[in-house]
Amino acid sequence: MSAADTPLNPMNPAAPAGAGAPPAAAPEFRARFAHKNYLNAHYGIMSWLLTKDHKRIALLYLGSITLFFVVGGAYAIAIRLELLTPAGDLVQPQTYNKLFTQHGIIMIFFFLIPSIPAVLGNFLVPLMIGAKDLAFPRINLLSWYIYLVGGVITIWALLNGGLDTGWTFYVPYSTNFSNSYVVVAGVGLFITGFSSILTGLNFIVTIHTMRAPGMTWFRLPLFIWANYATSLIMILGTPVIAITLLLVAMERVLHIGIFDPRLGGDPVLFQHFFWFYSHPAVYIMILPGMGVVSEVISTHSRKNIFGYSFVAFSSLAIAVFGFLVWGHHLFTSSQSVYAGMIFSLISFAVAIPSAVKVFNWTATLYKGSISYSTPMLYALSFIGLFTMGGLTGLFLAALGMDVHLTDTYFIVAHFHYIMVGGALSAYMAGLHNWWPKITGRMYPEGWGRFAALVLFVGFNLTFFPQFLLGYMGMPRRYHAYAADEPLWQVLNVMSSAGASVLALGMLIPAIYLLWSMRYGAFAPPNPWPATGLEWRTLSPPPTENFATTPIVTWEAYEYRPVEEMEVIGAGDVRPVQPMGGTISTSDS
Amino acid sequence: MSAADIHLTEADAHAATALQHHFDNMEQQREAGALGMWVFLLTEIMFFGGLFTGYVIYRMYNAASFAAGSHHLNVRLGALNTVVLICSSLTMALAVYYAQTGSRRNQIIFIILTMILGATFLVVKAFEYADKFEHHLFPGLGFQWTEHLPPGATVHGVQMFYWIYFAMTGLHALHMIIGLGIMAFLLYFAWRGRYTPEYHAPVEISGLYWHFVDIVWIFLFPLLYLLGAHLH
Amino acid sequence: MQIPLPKIDLPRIPFTPEQASTLAGHVDALYLYLVAITLFFTVLVVVLIFYFSVRYRRITPDEIPRPNAGALPLEVMWTIIPLLIAMTIFVWGASLFFALYRPPTDAIEIFVVGKQWMWKFQHTEGQREINELHVPLGAKVKLTMTTEDVIHSFAVPAFRVRSDVVPGRYTYVWFQATKTGRFHLFCTEYCGTNHSGMIGYVEVLEPADYQAWLAGGTSESPAAQGERLFQSLGCASCHRMDAQGRGPMLTGVFGKTQKMTNGQDVLADEAYVRESILNPQAKIVLGFGSVQMPSFQGQVTEEQLLNLIAYVRSLAAPQQGGTAGAGQAQGGTVTTAAPAAGSTTTTGVQPDTQRSNPVGATSPRRVVPPGRTTPSGGGGARPPR
Repeated sequence: MSAADTPLNPMNPAAPAGAGAPPAAAPEFRARFAHKNYLNAHYGIMSWLLTKDHKRIALLYLGSITLFFVVGGAYAIAIRLELLTPAGDLVQPQTYNKLFTQHGIIMIFFFLIPSIPAVLGNFLVPLMIGAKDLAFPRINLLSWYIYLVGGVITIWALLNGGLDTGWTFYVPYSTNFSNSYVVVAGVGLFITGFSSILTGLNFIVTIHTMRAPGMTWFRLPLFIWANYATSLIMILGTPVIAITLLLVAMERVLHIGIFDPRLGGDPVLFQHFFWFYSHPAVYIMILPGMGVVSEVISTHSRKNIFGYSFVAFSSLAIAVFGFLVWGHHLFTSSQSVYAGMIFSLISFAVAIPSAVKVFNWTATLYKGSISYSTPMLYALSFIGLFTMGGLTGLFLAALGMDVHLTDTYFIVAHFHYIMVGGALSAYMAGLHNWWPKITGRMYPEGWGRFAALVLFVGFNLTFFPQFLLGYMGMPRRYHAYAADEPLWQVLNVMSSAGASVLALGMLIPAIYLLWSMRYGAFAPPNPWPATGLEWRTLSPPPTENFATTPIVTWEAYEYRPVEEMEVIGAGDVRPVQPMGGTISTSDS
Repeated sequence: MSAADIHLTEADAHAATALQHHFDNMEQQREAGALGMWVFLLTEIMFFGGLFTGYVIYRMYNAASFAAGSHHLNVRLGALNTVVLICSSLTMALAVYYAQTGSRRNQIIFIILTMILGATFLVVKAFEYADKFEHHLFPGLGFQWTEHLPPGATVHGVQMFYWIYFAMTGLHALHMIIGLGIMAFLLYFAWRGRYTPEYHAPVEISGLYWHFVDIVWIFLFPLLYLLGAHLH
Repeated sequence: MQIPLPKIDLPRIPFTPEQASTLAGHVDALYLYLVAITLFFTVLVVVLIFYFSVRYRRITPDEIPRPNAGALPLEVMWTIIPLLIAMTIFVWGASLFFALYRPPTDAIEIFVVGKQWMWKFQHTEGQREINELHVPLGAKVKLTMTTEDVIHSFAVPAFRVRSDVVPGRYTYVWFQATKTGRFHLFCTEYCGTNHSGMIGYVEVLEPADYQAWLAGGTSESPAAQGERLFQSLGCASCHRMDAQGRGPMLTGVFGKTQKMTNGQDVLADEAYVRESILNPQAKIVLGFGSVQMPSFQGQVTEEQLLNLIAYVRSLAAPQQGGTAGAGQAQGGTVTTAAPAAGSTTTTGVQPDTQRSNPVGATSPRRVVPPGRTTPSGGGGARPPR
C-alpha cells in the first residue's frame, strides 16, 4: 500500500502551509521528520513509564484500554456463541454468568469510562485550550498507574475464580450468596474509581486555569465543554460508587446487615446507591462522545456548530439532570409509585438536551461542505444510532412500558445502541480524526471508510434483533432461553452473526491503524483542515505543545482558507527542551 | 534545569525554582493548586455524603436503637476531641498566616502544634475504639449488646448504629492520618525554608484539607455522640 | 384508588408476545405510539443527514461554506416540541403504571415465594405448586410475593406484568387473564447460577377447569396452616382471644391503623405483621411497651410467615365492627361462616368484571374467613346470600 491509496490530497488543498502533495512538500516532510516531537523527545521504556507529558500518558491509556477492550470483546464473542442455540450447551451456567459479568465490568469500567476522556481528552484538552500540559501532570501519570493497579487486581479476581454477580453487584446476592471473588473485584474497581476522579479533577482545573490568552469560555471547542461536564460527573459520582463498593465488601466480610433485611438492612438502598453513580456514569461514557461528534461534524462539513451555546449548555444540563434520574432503574424494585413518577418525569426531561444536540448537529450539515471521510462516517452513524438509542430510552422512562421491558433484551439493545453505537462510534470517529495529530501519520482512508461501514452493518445486525427479542419477553442474563419460541432463536442467530461482523469491523481498524503508524503518509499539521488550536501546532506536537503560547483572536469553528490559519511554530524545528529536565526543579 | 531556566531571568529566583514548567506564572500555578484542592474536597464531600445518607436512612428506620447506641458513646471524650480539632484548625490557620508573612520559625511552631493536636485526637480516638472492642461493640465480630434497650430499639439496630459509627469515624481517622502525613511533609519543607511570601501554596491547600477534615468531625460529633442525651 | 382502563382491542403486532391479559392491549398501544415516535424522528434525522450529505457534499477541495448564525426560533422549537411529546408519553406511561401497581381489592390472592431457583405458589384454597401457576380465566388475580434468599423478579410477558421480589418485603402483581393457555413465566432479576432455569408457566384455565383443578388438591388453606402454627409456636398463649393475654389481641387488627408506643400510627398490613413476628421490638402497640416478645427470626420460613399473615388477616373484623366483629371470631376457627355483608370487599359484581366470577364460589373446601379485606375473587365478588 502506498500513499496513493490514501485519498488525502483533496482534503488538503493548501500546499503552502499544510503541505499535502508529496512532491511539493518534500522539504516540509523533512522538516517535520526532523522536528523534535513528544514521540521522539526521549527514547526507552522508562521515558514512557515515568513521563508526565499528557500526550504520552494518553498513549499509555490508549494501549491499556485497547487491551481491556480485546478481553471484553472476547467475552462478548463467547456470550454470542452460547446464545446461538436455546439450550445452554456451550458453557456451564456458572461460566456463562461469569462471562457476562466480566464482559460488563471490563467494558464499562476499563474501556468505556476511560476511553474518550483518558485517551482523547488527555491528549487534546491541553492542546485545544492552548496549554502546555494538564494542570497536574504527575497526578495525571498517577491516575494511569491507579487505573492499571485497579485493572490488574480486577483481572486477577476474574482469572482466579471470576465474578458472577453481574456488573451491578446487586445485594444480597453479591454479599451473601455469590461464591465468586466479589471483594477482590470490588477493591479493584474501588481503586480504579480514583483514577477517574483524578482525571476529572485534572480536567476541571486545567480548563479553569490554563486557557490560553483570548480563549474565553465561549470560544472553547465543544469537546472541552463535554469533557468539563463529564469531569463534573466523575468527581461527584465516583466517590459514591466507591463508598458503595466499600459497604458491599464490609457486608460480605463481616455480615453486619447493611443490606440484609434479616438484620434490619435494606437491599434496595444498595440499588439507590449503585445507580446514583451508575446512571450518571452512562453520561461519563456518552458525553465525551458527543463532544467528539461536535468537533468531527464541524470539521468535516467546515461549518461552525449550529447553536454553539445550546450544544454547550446541553452538556451541562445532561450532567446536572443525570444525577436526578437514578431511580428509573428501580421502577419495578418495589420503589414507591410516586417516587417512580418523579424519576420518570425527570428522565424525560434529561432526554431533551440530547434531542437538542441531535437537531443542532443535523442543522450544522445544512449548506456545509460535507466530506465523506472516515471520522465523518463514524460521526454520522453516531447521530443515527444515538437517536435510536436515545428514543428507545423513552420506552424505558415511560413507567408502564418499563414494567414490561426492564431486565429484558430490550434494555441490552438500548444501552448497546448508546454505548457501542454511540460511545464506541464516537471514539472511533475521534481516533481517526486526531490520528494524524497523535501519530503524525495518516491512516488509509479507503480502509477506514470500509471498516466504518462494516461496523455500522455489524452493529445493527447484532443489536437491532435484541429490541424485538426484548419486547417478546426474552430476559437478559439468561444462559438458556425458551426453546418453544422459534423466533427467539432466529433473532439470536442474527445477533450472533452480527457480532462476528462487528468483530471484523473492529479488527480492520486495529490492523490498518497499527500499519499506518509505520507506513502511513506523513500528516501535515492541519490535514482536514480544522480550526482548533490543536491543529495549529505540528503533527505530532512537540513536548510542550506550542513553540509559543498561542493567542486566540477568533471564535470557535471559524473556518478560513488554510493559508490564513497559521501554524504556530511551524517550521520552527529547534529542538524543544526535553521535558525531563524539569523533574528535579518541580519536585516540591 | 530546562523550562524553568527561561523564567529564571524574569522572576524571583526563589519562586522560579518552584514554578513548574507547564505553568506561565506563579499566580496561575497557585490558582490551579487551590482549585484542585477545592475540587478534591467536593469529591470528599460526596465520599462522606454516601455514608451520611446511609446514616440518615438507617436512623430513620432505627431511631430508638441509634439513641441507645449513641448513649453508650463517651460524650466527654467526643467533646474533648471536638475542642482539640477546633484548636488544631486555629493553629493550622496560623501556620498558613506565618507562611504568608514569611516567618519560618512561627510556621514550624504552628505546624508542630497542629500535628500534636491531630495526634491527640487520634490517641483519644484509639482509646475510644479500644473501649468499644472491649465491650464487644465492633459489628460483625461477635457483636454483643448487654445494656438496656429502650422501647423500639433492637440489637440489630444498635449494631447498625455501630457499623455506621465505625465506618464514619474510621474514614475520618484515616483522613486525619493522611493529614498528619501531609503536615510532616510541610514541616520538612518549612524547616528547609521552602515556603516564602512568594511561594506558600502547599501550606495553603493543605490547610484547606485540614479544615475540611475538621468540619467533617463537627458534623460527626452531634450526629453520633449526642443522640442519646435524653436517655437517662 | 383503581384507575379503570378502557377496554382495548388490538390485533397482535408482529414480534410481540401474545396479549393474554387485560393490560396487554394497553401496553401494546403505548408501545405502538412509542414505535411511531421513534420511527418518525429516526427517519427524519436519517433522511436529513442523507439529504444534506448528498446535496452539500464537498465539490471543490478548498471551498469554505458561509458560517451559520444559529436561529433561536429553531432552538426553541426543537426544545419545546420534544418536551411536549415526552410529556404525553410520561402521562400515558404513568397512568398505565398506576393501573399495574394498584391491585384491585376484589382479586383472588395467591402467595408467591421465590427461592434459588424456583417459584413456589400457594393458593388460598391450599393448593401448592412449583414453577407452574394455575389461574382462572377472567378473574382478577393478585400475587403477594416475597423471597427466601436473593432478589428475584416475577415476569409474565404475555400479561405485560413484572415486579421484583425483594427479601424482607412483600411486593404485588396483579392481572386478569383474557386467554386460556400456557404462558411463559420468567425470573428476570439475575439471581445466581441457575437464573435462566428459574422459569415456568402460567396456565390459564376456564373457570370450570380451574375449579376441577383446585378440587384435586388435598392441602389445607394457608389460614388454617397459619392457625396451627399460631398454636404450635406458642403465639396463642400471649395473643389470646379474650383481651386477657400479655400481648395485644389480634382480632380485628389487620387492615386497621394502630397507635404505637412512640406515638406513630401504623397500618397493620402484611409488612407490619411480618415485622412484628421477626422484629417484635421495632414497633410496639401502645400499652404493651413493657412486654418483651421474643423474635421469631430464623424460626419461621417465608411460607410459614405468609400463612401466619393469612391467619391474622382471617381474624380481621368487618370494617365497622370493632369488638363486635372480634366476638364472631372467638375461638379462632377460620371456617366460621361470617356475614359477608360488612366486608369492604363484598362489592357485588363489579361493572368491569366482564365474565361472571364463579371462581371458588362452588369450591367445596373453600375457606371463607370472616370479613377478609382481600378475599379470593370468588368469595369477595359473590353477592350476599
